[in-house]
Formats: sequence, structure tokens, C-alpha cells
Amino acid sequence: MSRRWRDAPLAAAFLAPSLAVLGAFVLYPLGRAMWLGHQRCDATGGNCQSNGWDQYIGVFRSDEFQQAFSVTVRFALLTVPVGLALGIGLAVLADKHLRGMGFFRTVFSSTVATSVAVASLMWFFLLNPSVGVLADWIGGVAKDPGLLRDESTALWAVAVSSIWANLGFTFIVVTAGLQSIPADLYESAYVDGAGGWMRFSNVTIPMLGPTLLFAGVVLTSRAFQSYGEFDLLTGGGPNGSTTSLTYLVYGNNSIIKNNDGLQAAVAVLLFLVLLVLSILQIRGVERRVHYGN
Amino acid sequence: MSYCAAVADVRLTSLTKVFDGVTAVDDVSLHIADHDFMILLGPSGCGKSTLLRMIAGLEDPTSGDVLIGGARMNDIEPKQRDVAMVFQSYALYPHKTVQANIEFPLKVRGVSKPERAEQALHAATTLGLSEYLDRKPGQLSGGQRQRVALARAIVRRPAVFCMDEPLSNLDAKLRGETRAELVALHARLASTFVYVTHDQVEAMTMGTHVAVMSRGRLEQVGTPQEVYDRPASVFVAQFIGTPPMNVLPPGLADASRYIVGIRPEHLMLETTAAVRATVSLVEHLGHETLVHARITDRDEVPAVVARLEANGSAPGVGDEVGLAFPATHLHRFDPETSRRIDDRSAVSAAPGAPAGAGVGVEERA
Amino acid sequence: MATSTQPHGWRLAGRYALLIGVAVLVLFPIWVMVVGAFKPGNKVLQDPLLPTSVTLDTLRQAWRDGNLGRSLVNSTVVALLVTVAQVVTSVLSAYAFAFLKFPGRTFVFGVFLATLLVPFEATVVVNRETIQDLGWLNSFQGLAVPFLATAFGTFLVRQVFLQLPKDLREAARMDGLGHLGFLREVAVPLARPTLGALALFGFLSSWNQYLWPTVISTDDDWDTVQSGLRTLSQAQIDKPNLVIAGTVIVALPIFLILLVFQRQLVRGLTAGAVKG
Repeated sequence: MSRRWRDAPLAAAFLAPSLAVLGAFVLYPLGRAMWLGHQRCDATGGNCQSNGWDQYIGVFRSDEFQQAFSVTVRFALLTVPVGLALGIGLAVLADKHLRGMGFFRTVFSSTVATSVAVASLMWFFLLNPSVGVLADWIGGVAKDPGLLRDESTALWAVAVSSIWANLGFTFIVVTAGLQSIPADLYESAYVDGAGGWMRFSNVTIPMLGPTLLFAGVVLTSRAFQSYGEFDLLTGGGPNGSTTSLTYLVYGNNSIIKNNDGLQAAVAVLLFLVLLVLSILQIRGVERRVHYGN
Repeated sequence: MSYCAAVADVRLTSLTKVFDGVTAVDDVSLHIADHDFMILLGPSGCGKSTLLRMIAGLEDPTSGDVLIGGARMNDIEPKQRDVAMVFQSYALYPHKTVQANIEFPLKVRGVSKPERAEQALHAATTLGLSEYLDRKPGQLSGGQRQRVALARAIVRRPAVFCMDEPLSNLDAKLRGETRAELVALHARLASTFVYVTHDQVEAMTMGTHVAVMSRGRLEQVGTPQEVYDRPASVFVAQFIGTPPMNVLPPGLADASRYIVGIRPEHLMLETTAAVRATVSLVEHLGHETLVHARITDRDEVPAVVARLEANGSAPGVGDEVGLAFPATHLHRFDPETSRRIDDRSAVSAAPGAPAGAGVGVEERA
Repeated sequence: MATSTQPHGWRLAGRYALLIGVAVLVLFPIWVMVVGAFKPGNKVLQDPLLPTSVTLDTLRQAWRDGNLGRSLVNSTVVALLVTVAQVVTSVLSAYAFAFLKFPGRTFVFGVFLATLLVPFEATVVVNRETIQDLGWLNSFQGLAVPFLATAFGTFLVRQVFLQLPKDLREAARMDGLGHLGFLREVAVPLARPTLGALALFGFLSSWNQYLWPTVISTDDDWDTVQSGLRTLSQAQIDKPNLVIAGTVIVALPIFLILLVFQRQLVRGLTAGAVKG
């Protein structure tokens, strides 16, 4: 009996720091948010009464939530596939041993050094109708009222900035994935007569499966959790056309900002949406992913 | 625990180890005398490694006792048992130099730096490693790594040396050389060696005693010669000796109801013998010839092997021969228990062997 | 990649052209910002691509107005706290999972796993409440404490520990090492490359954090560089050149650090992606 517990005190000591932090700042908040989500409080945060599941349903049905959900989903659909495709393209482009390739690889990876704030502000000024270079060159709606202020183009513009910012990450990850593909697979395909495109689609893409899955999951969760881009580029506008779910909860323009209960409900729903997404993505692609040996 | 035990004998009483319902070691009692070189021999999965690890303290027995130097060691950690272990894969610290690896047990015990270095140098020199002290294990060959593992073990001057198939990762030539060195090392050090292997050549050439194990049970303990001359069970009879002893069902070699065994070198081919067989294979090895023959009308019996001198007198494949079983060289085993039946009149006793030697599981003084 | 024919002649030229073209596109925003940062305030609109006039004044003013000195200190202190803490807590919990046997190990492991699924954004509301109750709203601890442990780091280090040969632990036991000794003498030294990658990753994540510092620092003095940029961009909305300059200053340290630690970065990022 004592043998089973021999390591227990030491294990408890080793695990305690992590568990304390994770418990207090990840698990407890989730639980409490779920509980708060039940409550409806008045403007000062007092007089809280339990509303049961109705509050969640109410939030879910609200126009703001639905719009924010749509914005977030569209944002993900814009940024993830394009981001992955560009990452693959750049990685393949830079995969040969040519002179100076190290320089190009560093350049392509460079955006990984930009934070959300830095990248967003860069694009803010590029697209700013009065001072932005790109605004000048594109002209038209880019100058008046500006790509970020026009309802039909705002989300696209933010997407471009986000894709650019994530390019470095995707490039690094896909490059590492490419380097792990054994050369003899390509040689064997080459001997079988497969041309460049055929080799790409029959060897490269399948063998990149786990890598692409990983990058895709990370990009998608980033897209769903995006806040800084919207905060700095558009402030959630115009007319909520760039209010993502996270921005809805924490942004300046949210009318539910001062109501903890509603805030918590949205936070929990965000968590659930992300959970479902992760599971779907992993399950759905897993069947077609070749895990090699 | 004294640094160098006056008496470093190992006594195992009714030792059993069960893992998740699988009995790896089944009620083994064994006495290893001080300064003995005991080989634990058996096929893979027979429990010999588990037994060794219980002596070293890496596994706790499910029941039974481990005594070293007369003291009960069941709940004592390895570091307090005065036992050193050489692992099959050497288990060297890859990030430390050879010198640091060898010194390490002393460092843990708080030995001072100059003292450590001196003792490490001594151990390294004994094993021919003094030039490699600054290298890391990754820069050494397999044989050199093995010596580092040995040096790390001897630097502590332990009472008991445990070795778990230390030669199995070496090539054949190196293995032969190292065997001789290990025997020399044993003679020089005052420690007890407990050595695990599945290779019977190692067992026969290196050990002072051999403990043969099968499926967790101890089949026989004795000197290499005893185990060869008077195997205590069919298993031991067939495990020791190459080619293996011929084992025949009752009634073939003699009229008794016992299973009979006869070594290839004792099986005679006589044209007039009563038992008939057909030669299935002849192997000319240069120094000797092995003749495999299948007994006529007894297809269920595996082919028997006879060892002949390489003088051109061997029969050809397909020839019919007669098999003779000289009574003096027959080993008889009980058909139910597979254990040896001792018939002093039928089997010549090995010179100087005490009466009743070699039968069953016993403590050996 | 295939060792088959390297491109030559026209194909080679084409490839280089493509490489240069993409590089230009990627570097374009950075270039414009850097050029703009060195321009004096009144000239920021002219020749945005060429450093026609160069001055340090904009940068200096951005530094002052954006309180960048203070926010750099804040970011650095917090990032260092988080980095060190993450490495320590990850190593300890990874050791417990890899080498210690105790009842409920699978369950606790599952708990760690579960925390990976919870997006930080979902916990910010309550965490802010907690930090507020503790009185840590504008402080180093407030900025750092929620991130002192990470399940990702634990799994990463656990992976490394599990790959250590089993008999190394046993040899150490025979040599007389207990768990603490083994951790110190064998496990940590052998895990060093991964710990380096983890440290870099932790530092980077902490430095680049936007949501949390924005939410809990109500006092400008307690901004990190990221939330400081936000403050700057809102305060100086009519002076874009200052914001540009501030952005460049904030971006610079990370660019330099990553240039130096490229290998660790790649290792950290790909830890979850590539098998083996």
C-alpha cells in the first residue's frame, strides 16, 4: 500500500505551483464565468438574480452576438485558408538550396517578430486615407472614406493585415514540415515519371498533413480569439462589421460591457464554439492525414 | 552499511515477483557465496533480469527476502545496499565526460574532488580507459562505452556486482576478449559477481556457478560442469550444450518408462543397432561432423543428432543407420515432472560430486 | 527536398525574381514604417518610400510622449518573470508526470490537458475580477501571475523527459541519486535545448500580449509596450508620425532577439507540428 503512495508527497510538491496557477486562472474562471452567465445584474453590478439558461439563450439569440459570430467565422474563413496556402507557397519557394536562400528565409519568417499591436498599427497607417501609402495607390474607396471605414471592405482589410502578420509563423512551421519529408519519396516519384505538380500533390501535400493540421488549428484559434487587430484597426466598426466575438465582450463599443453576467455568457459561448471547432477540425482531417511510418 | 562488506554473500529466500498478474519470478531460493561468480542463465522472459534487479534494489519483491551479507535488504534503496550495476545498454550519462561518469557515484557520496579523480583514474587505468577521460560517451565505440560502465561500477568497490547481459551489444570478437577480461577482473576484485545472460557459452566459460531459470522458476544450480554432466531437468538438458542433448520419449532408447536424453557426442551410429533411422542431414564442420537422422516410423520424434569425428566415415543423406544408446551416458527424466531421475547404477557419478548432487532446487553451501 | 535537377537558366532567374518579389511584398510594410519613423513630423506624407529626410526627433518625441521607457521596463520585467516561472513550473510538473508514480496521475494529467482547451479570452473577465480583488490591478504581479504556469510547457518538457533512456534513471539510482539529484544532474541538463526554446517562446508570448495588459492597466504608467502603443495611438491620433515611430521602437527588441535565437524559435514553434 505504501509503495503506491511513496512518490505522492514529492509529486504533490512538484505539481503544486502549476496546479495553483492553472487552477486559479484557467479552471476557476471558466467555472465562475459559467455561473455568472446565469446571472443578470443591474448597471452597477448589484442585485444579481439567477436567470438560468435563459440568459445564455437570450445572448445567443441577440443580434449583436449573431453578427459578431458571423464576423468571426467569416474572418476565419478569410485568413486561414489563404494563410495556409501562402505559407505553403513560400515554403516551397524557399526550399531549394540556392545562394542567398538563408536571407530569403529570414525575410519570410520576419513577421513572426511582430506583435498584434505592431502589425496592426503598421497596416493602420498603410491604409489610412490621409497618410497611407497604399490608400494613395489603390485610390477610390481606399481614399474616401478609407478601406477600414467602409463597411464592405473593412473586414477584408483587417484580414489582409492578419494574414501578413501570421505569414512568418506559417512559413516556419511548413518549412520544418517540408524538411522532415524523406528525400527518397520524391526520388521514387521522380523515377516513376511524376512531374513537379504531380509530386507536389501526391507527395508533398499528403506528407505535410500533420504539419498543416497543426498550423491550421493554431491559425483558426487565433482568428477566433482575435481582438487586438479589431481594437486598433477599426474599433469594431463601422456598424459592427468588424466586431468579433472577443471584441464584443471586451471592446469599447459593446453595450454589454458593463454587465458581468452577459459578458460571462459570451465568454463561455466563445469557449464552447472554440472547443467544437477544435474537435471538428482534428477529427475531420485526421482521417485523411498520413502519419508516415 | 560498510563500504566493503566483510561477507558479501547473497541469499534469496522464496523470492517472488508478480507484475500485473504475470509471475516473473516464482518462489526462487538461491544462495550466492561470497566472492562467487554466479551466472543467471536462461531464455528471454525467464525472470533472470527481474531476479537481478531485485538483488540490486531496482524492483521490490512481491514476497520473499533478499539478504546481502546476512542483512535483509527488501526495503533498502540501491544506494545503501553496496551493490553496483552494469546495464545492458551501459546507461552512461551522455552529457558528462568519461571521467565525470566514472567519478559520479563517488561525487554523490560526497567524496572530495581530488580523491574522486584519483580513484576514477585508477578504475579507468584498470580498464584501459586512461586516454579517454575527457571524451563524452557519444565519441566512444561500443566496447569502450562498456568499459566505462564497468569502471563506474568498480570505482565504488561494491560488495556485489550485478551485470545485466553486458556483452550482448558487442560484436563476437570483442565479446570473446571481454569475457576473459571479466574473469580476470573477478579474480582481482574481492566482490561477488551476479551475471545475467542467455548465452550458455558465457555461462559455461565465466561462472563458478550457474543458476538455470525457466519461466520464473529456478531449474538447477551448480557448477558449469555439474549442470552439463547432470542436468536436473529436460529443460536444462536441452538448454546447455550445442548441439542440444537428444531427448527421446519413453521406450525408444531403453525399456524404461522414463524420458531419456543422450548427448550428441555419446550417440553411436552402429549398423547392427536395433533402433533404425534415416539420415536427413550431414554437416561437415571441419573439426567434426554432425549427422542428423530421423527415427524410422516415429515421425513425431524430432531428428536426433550424432557428433562424429571428421574422418570421412560419416554416412550420406538418405542412408539407413542404426542408433546405439550406451547405458552409461543416458540421462533419465520423469515423464510427468521432467525432472531428473537419479539412478546411481546407470549414470556414472562425476568424480568428487557429493551424493545427491544436482537434483532439484537446493541451497548450495 | 529532392536532390534531382536544380533549376538553371531561365528557371533559375524566374525563381529568383519570384523570391525577390515576395520578399519585397513581405518587407514592404516594415520598410514604410521604418522610413516613416525617421521622418520629421511635417514631412511624413512625402515620399513615403524613400528616406529623403532623416531625423531622430520623431523617435525621441515618441519615446517621451508614449512613456516608452517605462513601458519597456514593465514589459521586460513581466516577460522575465513569466519566462523563468514557466520554465520552472513546467520542469517540475513534467518531472512529476514523467518519473513519479502516484495515484490519480492520469486524472491530473487530464486536468492539465483540459486547460489547453480553454481560450484565454474566455477567462479574462473573471481573472480581472480576481486581480482586482487582490489589489493587483496596476502592478507587475497583476500582469504576470496568470501566466506563471503553462500546460503547453509541461507537455513539451514531459516529452523530452519521456525520451530519456529508462536505464539512465536506474543507473542514477544505483549511483545514489534521489529524484531531486536526478532532476538536477541528469534530466535538466539533457533537456536544455528544449528549455531554451520554451524560454524564448514564453518570453515572446508574454512580450506580445495585448488583451491582458489592456484590460488590467488603468494607469498609463503600468502599460506594457503593447498596451502602451494603444494608448499612444489614441492619444496622438492626429500625429501619425509619432505613432509610427513608437511602433518601430517597440518592434525593434523582438526583431533583434529573434535574429539571434532563430534556432530556438523554430524548435519551439514546431514542437507540436512535426513528428519525431
